Amino acid sequence: MKQNKWHLLSNERIAERVWKMVLTGDVSGIVPGQFVELLVPGHYLRRPISVCDVDGDRLTLIYKTVGQGTVIMSQMRPDEKLDLLTCLGNGYDMSKAEDEVLLIGGGVGVPPLIYLAKKLREGGKRVHVVIGFNTKSEVFSEEMFLNLGCGVDVCTIDGSYGKHGVVTDVLKKSAPYYFACGPMPMLRAIVQTIGTNGQMSMEERMGCGVGICVGCSIETKNGMKRVCKEGPVFDVECLMLNV
Amino acid sequence: MKVRLKDIILKNPVIPASGTCGFGVEMSEWMDLNILGAISIKGTTREARQGNARPRIAECGATGMLNAVGLQNPGVEEVVRHEIPELRRLYDGPIIANVSGFSIEEYAYVCERIDKETDATILEVNISCPNVHNGGMAFGTSPEAAAEVTGAVKAATRKPVFMKLSPNVTDITSIARACVDAGADGLCLINTVLGMRIDIRHRKPVLANRYGGYSGPGVLPIALRMVNQVSKACPGTPIIGCGGVSSEEDVIEMMMAGASAVEIGAAGLRNPKACQTIIEALPRAMKELKIEHLEDIIGIVNNE
Ligand SMILES: Cc1cc2nc3c(=O)[nH]c(=O)nc-3n(C[C@H](O)[C@H](O)[C@H](O)COP(=O)(O)OP(=O)(O)OC[C@H]3O[C@@H](n4cnc5c(N)ncnc54)[C@H](O)[C@@H]3O)c2cc1C
Ligand SMILES: Cc1cc2nc3c(=O)[nH]c(=O)nc-3n(C[C@H](O)[C@H](O)[C@H](O)COP(=O)(O)O)c2cc1C
Repeated sequence: MKQNKWHLLSNERIAERVWKMVLTGDVSGIVPGQFVELLVPGHYLRRPISVCDVDGDRLTLIYKTVGQGTVIMSQMRPDEKLDLLTCLGNGYDMSKAEDEVLLIGGGVGVPPLIYLAKKLREGGKRVHVVIGFNTKSEVFSEEMFLNLGCGVDVCTIDGSYGKHGVVTDVLKKSAPYYFACGPMPMLRAIVQTIGTNGQMSMEERMGCGVGICVGCSIETKNGMKRVCKEGPVFDVECLMLNV
Repeated sequence: MKVRLKDIILKNPVIPASGTCGFGVEMSEWMDLNILGAISIKGTTREARQGNARPRIAECGATGMLNAVGLQNPGVEEVVRHEIPELRRLYDGPIIANVSGFSIEEYAYVCERIDKETDATILEVNISCPNVHNGGMAFGTSPEAAAEVTGAVKAATRKPVFMKLSPNVTDITSIARACVDAGADGLCLINTVLGMRIDIRHRKPVLANRYGGYSGPGVLPIALRMVNQVSKACPGTPIIGCGGVSSEEDVIEMMMAGASAVEIGAAGLRNPKACQTIIEALPRAMKELKIEHLEDIIGIVNNE
């Protein structure tokens, strides 16, 4: 865990209710799959947001406005100073990836996969991405993945963009090792469709984000685990998703 | 900045509160534990507990939070074998072992195990738990039950026993008196205030457990009032003040209300370095307020 002041460079809307924030500060030690905890004025608890990209001393976060905290985030202006905890959680274990890797994301579960895709590409892996959204106006990140040299399938539930349907409609049974992040129904459907050979990010309400309050603990096959500390990324085999 | 809890000397009054600092070791990643006055570790029960269903955390605007963690802990054997010895390797100050139970026997058993197997310094007995043999009413809501737990625990250990009181009562002084009369060496208050939040979009409670414990800045006035009432009702009994403390000024205020030392809970979840920041800021605040020794201000508002 590191606590630092960050400088807001830009904060812009990139899709319906989805915003992208770029900050500069101490990026040392941050790995894909980790998250940050951001203090929001007028709110007691910090907001957990996944690391979407690190480039030089720049950190990118992509977030959806869902409640008061994220709405206040969307109103922040360049030059503001933000208080962040960084290097939180375990991140994706990329050593398990074979030459060909599958990334699966839904909605604002997509952001952590962007930095992961970048690192996997740097490691010479072939990366195929399947991302799903409700509708065309909510779609983001397709270009970022294409620019990284990934193959990309975009699905929308209403068929207004890309393939008509959900991510699992595109997945084949013989899928390679995968990394996934998204809403729980999507994660369950992934396990039903292609099995447990991968890693997934879990999301839970957190008190501290640093492992001291056990507010976010989930039951796994290896006992109680803190999403903020032993997670947010877990081997799918260890999870009890009630599939 | 030195203070005393009975015969135990703390280098300063700042203690991370039970449930908000794990077993202490977790915090060593960003803080030198030896700067702390003492450390109060996560509440321990006889068996391991998984705690309540999720979500078990809810925010309350700028004023604090609710928790319904439900005493998730690895059970007393694990705590005496691993957690306390591991903390001891990193930390040489007073360790406060926080104990919970759902029956009188469980409280006594857990205290006895910790007494026998560890060098924990103080036992802090959380009586906010429901009594399974009495319709689930919390021990800490009746003077008789509180006294019964105190007596049983005192018989099980020679370590100093601090009873940690629940604020969810009509008259905190009667509970405090009952504990002191039953042999408590000190008191710790307050635990969390029972509360609720509702998700108005989904028309249901935010917490899976429906209700949870409110803590953070919003409870400071309640904690100050209760600490002060108890300090008057139980003169000479050391009190660890807890509830809503977030700054060096709050520490001083809590001590002026009657506390000999101060626990910091929710503030340490918002800012993991809160205890360190407060300890570092205390000397300057003392100087500004012309406080030479912190012990001089304990309960000073009672001298009017
Ligand atoms: C490890 C992790 C990574 C995340 N990464 C992203 C991301 O990259 N982009 C993104 O848009 N969202 C992400 N989220 C979800 C994001 O934290 C919530 O959307 C956000 O906290 C909502 O805050 P709010 O004040 O707008 O909502 P409110 O509902 O008003 O928040 C009230 C309280 O509940 C908490 N809360 C509400 N929804 C969630 C949730 N889904 N998960 C955890 N806590 C919640 C808030 O933090 C706050 O304490 C992540 C969550 C976790 C746990
Ligand atoms: C997440 C969380 C877990 C807690 N767990 C315990 C516990 O195990 N035992 C206990 O006696 N008090 C527990 N408490 C209560 C705190 O120790 C403290 O009494 C209370 O939160 C009030 O202080 P605060 O306002 O500084 O948080 C817990 C509080 C929180 C927020």
